[in-house]
Amino acid sequence: MPRLLLFIPLALFISLSFFLWKGLSIDPRELPSALIDKPFPEFQVAALLQPERMLSKADFIGKPVLVNVWATWCPSCRQEHEQLLRIAQDNKINIIGLNYKDERAAATNWLRQLGNPYAFNIYDEAGMLGLDLGVYGAPETYLLDAQGVVRHRHVGVVTAQTWAKLQVMIQKLGVNQ
Amino acid sequence: MLRFFILVLLSITSAYAAFDTYEFKDKDKELRFHELSADMRCPKCQNQNLADSNAAIATDLKQKIYLMLEADKSDTEIVDYMVARYGDFVLYEPRFNAQNAVLWLGPGALLLLGLIVVIWLTRSRNNKNAENTEQVPELDAKQEKALQQLLNKDKKS
Repeated sequence: MPRLLLFIPLALFISLSFFLWKGLSIDPRELPSALIDKPFPEFQVAALLQPERMLSKADFIGKPVLVNVWATWCPSCRQEHEQLLRIAQDNKINIIGLNYKDERAAATNWLRQLGNPYAFNIYDEAGMLGLDLGVYGAPETYLLDAQGVVRHRHVGVVTAQTWAKLQVMIQKLGVNQ
Repeated sequence: MLRFFILVLLSITSAYAAFDTYEFKDKDKELRFHELSADMRCPKCQNQNLADSNAAIATDLKQKIYLMLEADKSDTEIVDYMVARYGDFVLYEPRFNAQNAVLWLGPGALLLLGLIVVIWLTRSRNNKNAENTEQVPELDAKQEKALQQLLNKDKKS
Protein backbone atom coordinates (compact mmCIF):
# COMPACT_ATOMS: atom_id res chain seq x y z
CA MET A 1 0.00 0.00 0.00
CA PRO A 2 2.69 2.63 0.86
CA ARG A 3 4.32 1.75 -2.46
CA LEU A 4 1.10 2.68 -4.27
CA LEU A 5 1.01 5.97 -2.35
CA LEU A 6 4.28 6.90 -4.05
CA PHE A 7 2.38 7.14 -7.32
CA ILE A 8 0.13 9.93 -6.05
CA PRO A 9 2.49 12.76 -7.18
CA LEU A 10 2.75 11.17 -10.62
CA ALA A 11 -1.03 10.88 -10.87
CA LEU A 12 -1.40 14.53 -9.81
CA PHE A 13 1.20 15.58 -12.36
CA ILE A 14 -0.55 13.68 -15.15
CA SER A 15 -3.95 15.16 -14.34
CA LEU A 16 -2.44 18.67 -14.13
CA SER A 17 -0.72 18.18 -17.51
CA PHE A 18 -4.00 16.99 -18.98
CA PHE A 19 -5.80 20.16 -17.87
CA LEU A 20 -2.97 22.40 -19.10
CA TRP A 21 -2.94 20.58 -22.45
CA LYS A 22 -6.71 20.94 -22.70
CA GLY A 23 -6.32 24.65 -21.94
CA LEU A 24 -4.22 25.11 -25.07
CA SER A 25 -7.20 24.48 -27.32
CA ILE A 26 -9.60 26.76 -25.44
CA ASP A 27 -10.03 30.29 -26.76
CA PRO A 28 -10.36 32.55 -23.71
CA ARG A 29 -12.13 35.19 -25.78
CA GLU A 30 -15.00 32.83 -26.49
CA LEU A 31 -17.25 33.23 -23.50
CA PRO A 32 -20.24 31.04 -22.85
CA SER A 33 -23.44 33.03 -23.25
CA ALA A 34 -25.30 33.64 -20.02
CA LEU A 35 -28.48 33.23 -22.06
CA ILE A 36 -27.97 29.60 -23.17
CA ASP A 37 -31.25 27.71 -22.67
CA LYS A 38 -32.95 30.96 -21.72
CA PRO A 39 -35.51 32.81 -23.82
CA PHE A 40 -34.35 35.50 -26.23
CA PRO A 41 -35.01 38.89 -24.57
CA GLU A 42 -38.27 40.67 -25.36
CA PHE A 43 -37.89 43.72 -27.57
CA GLN A 44 -39.71 46.33 -29.64
CA VAL A 45 -37.26 47.68 -32.21
CA ALA A 46 -37.68 49.10 -35.72
CA ALA A 47 -36.66 47.18 -38.83
CA LEU A 48 -33.54 48.33 -40.69
CA LEU A 49 -34.97 48.52 -44.20
CA GLN A 50 -38.50 49.55 -43.22
CA PRO A 51 -38.06 52.08 -40.40
CA GLU A 52 -41.84 52.27 -39.85
CA ARG A 53 -42.13 48.54 -39.18
CA MET A 54 -41.75 47.53 -35.52
CA LEU A 55 -40.24 44.12 -34.90
CA SER A 56 -40.64 41.96 -31.82
CA LYS A 57 -39.83 38.46 -30.66
CA ALA A 58 -43.10 37.18 -32.14
CA ASP A 59 -41.62 37.75 -35.61
CA PHE A 60 -39.32 34.79 -35.35
CA ILE A 61 -41.08 32.28 -33.15
CA GLY A 62 -42.28 29.03 -34.75
CA LYS A 63 -39.13 27.87 -36.50
CA PRO A 64 -35.46 27.68 -35.45
CA VAL A 65 -33.55 30.76 -36.63
CA LEU A 66 -30.04 32.15 -36.64
CA VAL A 67 -29.61 35.66 -35.25
CA ASN A 68 -26.50 37.29 -36.67
CA VAL A 69 -25.12 40.39 -34.96
CA TRP A 70 -23.38 42.59 -37.52
CA ALA A 71 -22.37 46.15 -38.30
CA THR A 72 -20.69 48.01 -41.13
CA TRP A 73 -17.85 49.12 -38.79
CA CYS A 74 -16.92 45.49 -38.22
CA PRO A 75 -14.34 44.08 -40.67
CA SER A 76 -14.96 40.46 -39.64
CA CYS A 77 -18.60 40.91 -40.61
CA ARG A 78 -17.55 41.59 -44.18
CA GLN A 79 -15.42 38.46 -44.00
CA GLU A 80 -18.34 36.24 -42.99
CA HIS A 81 -20.87 37.84 -45.33
CA GLU A 82 -20.16 35.41 -48.21
CA GLN A 83 -20.76 32.46 -45.91
CA LEU A 84 -24.02 33.98 -44.67
CA LEU A 85 -25.16 34.35 -48.29
CA ARG A 86 -24.38 30.67 -48.88
CA ILE A 87 -26.34 29.69 -45.74
CA ALA A 88 -29.29 31.73 -47.02
CA GLN A 89 -29.05 29.90 -50.36
CA ASP A 90 -29.07 26.51 -48.61
CA ASN A 91 -32.54 27.53 -47.42
CA LYS A 92 -32.42 25.36 -44.30
CA ILE A 93 -32.86 28.13 -41.78
CA ASN A 94 -33.73 31.83 -41.76
CA ILE A 95 -31.03 34.29 -40.75
CA ILE A 96 -32.21 37.34 -38.87
CA GLY A 97 -29.84 40.28 -38.82
CA LEU A 98 -29.25 42.29 -35.69
CA ASN A 99 -27.68 45.48 -37.01
CA TYR A 100 -25.74 46.55 -33.96
CA LYS A 101 -24.85 50.19 -33.21
CA ASP A 102 -24.69 51.16 -36.84
CA GLU A 103 -25.86 53.88 -39.20
CA ARG A 104 -28.99 53.11 -41.14
CA ALA A 105 -27.72 54.52 -44.44
CA ALA A 106 -24.39 52.69 -44.27
CA ALA A 107 -26.08 49.41 -43.36
CA THR A 108 -28.65 49.75 -46.16
CA ASN A 109 -25.85 50.40 -48.63
CA TRP A 110 -23.92 47.39 -47.40
CA LEU A 111 -26.88 45.08 -48.03
CA ARG A 112 -27.46 46.58 -51.47
CA GLN A 113 -23.83 46.14 -52.48
CA LEU A 114 -22.92 42.81 -50.88
CA GLY A 115 -26.30 41.08 -51.05
CA ASN A 116 -28.86 40.46 -48.34
CA PRO A 117 -28.82 37.06 -46.63
CA TYR A 118 -31.26 38.17 -43.91
CA ALA A 119 -34.98 37.42 -43.67
CA PHE A 120 -35.20 40.80 -41.94
CA ASN A 121 -32.96 43.09 -39.93
CA ILE A 122 -33.46 44.53 -36.47
CA TYR A 123 -32.01 48.03 -36.30
CA ASP A 124 -30.49 48.20 -32.83
CA GLU A 125 -29.02 51.67 -33.03
CA ALA A 126 -28.22 52.19 -29.34
CA GLY A 127 -27.16 48.59 -28.80
CA MET A 128 -29.70 48.08 -26.01
CA LEU A 129 -31.09 44.81 -27.42
CA GLY A 130 -27.48 43.72 -27.89
CA LEU A 131 -26.87 44.51 -24.24
CA ASP A 132 -29.87 42.43 -23.17
CA LEU A 133 -28.54 39.60 -25.30
CA GLY A 134 -25.06 39.82 -23.77
CA VAL A 135 -23.40 40.85 -27.04
CA TYR A 136 -19.88 42.14 -26.51
CA GLY A 137 -18.79 42.71 -30.07
CA ALA A 138 -19.71 41.88 -33.63
CA PRO A 139 -19.90 39.42 -35.25
CA GLU A 140 -21.80 37.03 -33.04
CA THR A 141 -24.32 34.44 -34.13
CA TYR A 142 -27.04 32.86 -32.00
CA LEU A 143 -29.07 29.75 -32.74
CA LEU A 144 -32.62 29.94 -31.42
CA ASP A 145 -35.08 27.05 -31.35
CA ALA A 146 -38.71 27.26 -32.47
CA GLN A 147 -39.75 28.63 -29.04
CA GLY A 148 -37.24 31.46 -29.26
CA VAL A 149 -34.89 29.92 -26.68
CA VAL A 150 -31.16 30.59 -27.19
CA ARG A 151 -29.43 27.25 -27.87
CA HIS A 152 -25.98 28.25 -29.01
CA ARG A 153 -23.75 31.27 -29.35
CA HIS A 154 -20.93 31.54 -31.85
CA VAL A 155 -18.46 34.40 -31.34
CA GLY A 156 -16.48 35.53 -34.37
CA VAL A 157 -16.60 34.84 -38.09
CA VAL A 158 -19.04 32.19 -39.33
CA THR A 159 -17.03 29.85 -41.57
CA ALA A 160 -17.98 26.74 -43.57
CA GLN A 161 -16.93 24.66 -40.54
CA THR A 162 -19.13 26.73 -38.23
CA TRP A 163 -22.05 26.20 -40.59
CA ALA A 164 -21.40 22.42 -40.59
CA LYS A 165 -21.52 22.42 -36.78
CA LEU A 166 -24.64 24.60 -36.74
CA GLN A 167 -26.39 22.26 -39.19
CA VAL A 168 -25.87 19.33 -36.80
CA MET A 169 -27.39 21.41 -33.98
CA ILE A 170 -30.29 22.52 -36.17
CA GLN A 171 -31.02 18.91 -37.11
CA LYS A 172 -31.08 17.95 -33.44
CA LEU A 173 -33.55 20.76 -32.74
CA GLY A 174 -35.76 19.48 -35.57
CA VAL A 175 -35.70 15.94 -34.20
CA ASN A 176 -36.59 17.04 -30.69
CA GLN A 177 -39.69 18.89 -31.79
CA MET B 1 4.43 83.03 -8.02
CA LEU B 2 2.17 81.23 -5.57
CA ARG B 3 -0.87 82.63 -7.30
CA PHE B 4 0.42 81.34 -10.60
CA PHE B 5 0.88 77.87 -9.09
CA ILE B 6 -2.62 77.80 -7.73
CA LEU B 7 -3.95 78.86 -11.10
CA VAL B 8 -2.03 76.05 -12.83
CA LEU B 9 -3.27 73.51 -10.30
CA LEU B 10 -6.84 74.65 -10.70
CA SER B 11 -6.68 74.46 -14.47
CA ILE B 12 -5.31 70.90 -14.25
CA THR B 13 -8.17 69.68 -12.09
CA SER B 14 -10.77 71.25 -14.33
CA ALA B 15 -9.18 69.62 -17.40
CA TYR B 16 -9.24 66.29 -15.60
CA ALA B 17 -12.91 66.61 -14.75
CA ALA B 18 -13.72 67.01 -18.44
CA PHE B 19 -12.75 63.36 -19.00
CA ASP B 20 -15.46 62.21 -16.65
CA THR B 21 -18.60 62.31 -18.73
CA TYR B 22 -20.85 61.05 -15.95
CA GLU B 23 -22.08 63.78 -13.70
CA PHE B 24 -23.65 62.84 -10.42
CA LYS B 25 -25.58 65.12 -8.15
CA ASP B 26 -25.05 62.66 -5.36
CA LYS B 27 -21.45 62.12 -4.15
CA ASP B 28 -22.36 58.71 -2.76
CA LYS B 29 -23.62 57.54 -6.14
CA GLU B 30 -20.46 58.74 -7.80
CA LEU B 31 -18.43 56.67 -5.37
CA ARG B 32 -20.60 53.62 -6.01
CA PHE B 33 -20.23 54.18 -9.74
CA HIS B 34 -16.45 54.12 -9.46
CA GLU B 35 -16.53 51.02 -7.26
CA LEU B 36 -18.90 49.14 -9.58
CA SER B 37 -17.02 50.00 -12.75
CA ALA B 38 -13.73 49.03 -11.11
CA ASP B 39 -15.08 45.66 -9.93
CA MET B 40 -16.54 44.62 -13.27
CA ARG B 41 -14.60 43.18 -16.11
CA CYS B 42 -14.95 44.36 -19.70
CA PRO B 43 -16.19 41.36 -21.74
CA LYS B 44 -14.34 42.51 -24.85
CA CYS B 45 -10.88 43.44 -23.57
CA GLN B 46 -10.74 40.84 -20.91
CA ASN B 47 -7.90 42.07 -18.76
CA GLN B 48 -9.36 45.48 -18.10
CA ASN B 49 -12.15 46.57 -15.85
CA LEU B 50 -14.97 48.72 -17.12
CA ALA B 51 -13.46 51.86 -15.66
CA ASP B 52 -10.17 51.45 -17.56
CA SER B 53 -11.59 50.20 -20.82
CA ASN B 54 -12.44 52.32 -23.83
CA ALA B 55 -14.12 49.49 -25.74
CA ALA B 56 -17.58 50.31 -27.08
CA ILE B 57 -19.19 47.67 -24.91
CA ALA B 58 -17.46 48.98 -21.78
CA THR B 59 -18.81 52.45 -22.52
CA ASP B 60 -22.31 50.99 -22.94
CA LEU B 61 -22.09 49.08 -19.69
CA LYS B 62 -20.83 52.15 -17.82
CA GLN B 63 -23.70 54.13 -19.29
CA LYS B 64 -26.09 51.43 -18.09
CA ILE B 65 -24.58 51.47 -14.59
CA TYR B 66 -24.94 55.25 -14.57
CA LEU B 67 -28.59 55.09 -15.63
CA MET B 68 -29.37 52.39 -13.10
CA LEU B 69 -27.72 54.39 -10.31
CA GLU B 70 -29.71 57.45 -11.29
CA ALA B 71 -32.84 55.28 -11.21
CA ASP B 72 -31.98 54.46 -7.56
CA LYS B 73 -31.16 50.82 -8.16
CA SER B 74 -29.16 49.02 -5.50
CA ASP B 75 -25.67 47.64 -6.08
CA THR B 76 -26.94 44.05 -6.02
CA GLU B 77 -29.62 44.89 -8.58
CA ILE B 78 -26.99 46.33 -10.91
CA VAL B 79 -24.63 43.40 -10.44
CA ASP B 80 -27.48 40.91 -11.00
CA TYR B 81 -28.45 42.74 -14.18
CA MET B 82 -24.92 42.44 -15.55
CA VAL B 83 -24.49 38.81 -14.50
CA ALA B 84 -27.82 37.87 -16.11
CA ARG B 85 -26.49 39.16 -19.45
CA TYR B 86 -22.76 38.57 -19.36
CA GLY B 87 -22.44 35.73 -16.85
CA ASP B 88 -20.17 35.45 -13.84
CA PHE B 89 -17.35 36.45 -16.12
CA VAL B 90 -18.07 40.17 -15.62
CA LEU B 91 -17.30 39.97 -11.94
CA TYR B 92 -13.69 40.34 -10.92
CA GLU B 93 -14.63 38.63 -7.69
CA PRO B 94 -16.74 35.70 -8.87
CA ARG B 95 -19.55 34.37 -6.73
CA PHE B 96 -19.37 30.95 -5.18
CA ASN B 97 -21.27 28.34 -7.20
CA ALA B 98 -21.07 24.67 -8.15
CA GLN B 99 -18.95 25.40 -11.21
CA ASN B 100 -16.18 27.27 -9.42
CA ALA B 101 -16.39 25.49 -6.06
CA VAL B 102 -13.12 23.69 -6.85
CA LEU B 103 -11.36 27.00 -7.29
CA TRP B 104 -12.75 28.43 -4.06
CA LEU B 105 -12.26 25.35 -1.92
CA GLY B 106 -9.28 23.74 -3.70
CA PRO B 107 -6.48 25.74 -2.01
CA GLY B 108 -7.93 25.15 1.46
CA ALA B 109 -8.39 21.45 0.74
CA LEU B 110 -4.82 21.16 -0.55
CA LEU B 111 -3.49 22.95 2.52
CA LEU B 112 -5.43 20.59 4.76
CA LEU B 113 -4.14 17.61 2.78
CA GLY B 114 -0.57 18.91 3.14
CA LEU B 115 -1.02 19.33 6.89
CA ILE B 116 -2.37 15.80 7.22
CA VAL B 117 0.59 14.42 5.26
CA VAL B 118 3.09 16.38 7.36
CA ILE B 119 1.49 15.21 10.62
CA TRP B 120 1.36 11.66 9.35
CA LEU B 121 5.01 11.71 8.29
CA THR B 122 6.32 13.20 11.55
CA ARG B 123 4.25 10.73 13.57
CA SER B 124 5.50 7.72 11.71
CA ARG B 125 9.05 9.01 12.02
CA ASN B 126 8.65 9.50 15.79
CA ASN B 127 7.26 6.00 16.11
CA LYS B 128 10.25 4.61 14.23
CA ASN B 129 12.65 6.49 16.51
CA ALA B 130 10.86 5.20 19.56
CA GLU B 131 11.10 1.66 18.19
CA ASN B 132 14.80 2.11 17.52
CA THR B 133 15.60 3.16 21.10
CA GLU B 134 13.57 0.27 22.42
CA GLN B 135 15.39 -2.20 20.27
CA VAL B 136 18.90 -1.42 21.55
CA PRO B 137 19.98 -4.79 22.87
CA GLU B 138 21.20 -5.10 26.42
CA LEU B 139 24.88 -6.05 26.68
CA ASP B 140 25.82 -9.05 28.70
CA ALA B 141 28.88 -8.96 31.04
CA LYS B 142 31.30 -10.21 28.43
CA GLN B 143 30.25 -7.69 25.82
CA GLU B 144 30.39 -4.90 28.42
CA LYS B 145 33.99 -5.77 29.18
CA ALA B 146 34.91 -5.79 25.50
CA LEU B 147 33.30 -2.40 25.08
CA GLN B 148 35.21 -0.95 28.02
CA GLN B 149 38.46 -2.30 26.61
CA LEU B 150 37.80 -0.70 23.24
CA LEU B 151 36.98 2.65 24.85
CA ASN B 152 40.10 2.55 27.01
CA LYS B 153 42.26 1.74 24.00
CA ASP B 154 40.83 4.79 22.31
CA LYS B 155 41.75 7.02 25.28
CA LYS B 156 45.35 5.81 25.44
CA SER B 157 46.18 6.37 21.83
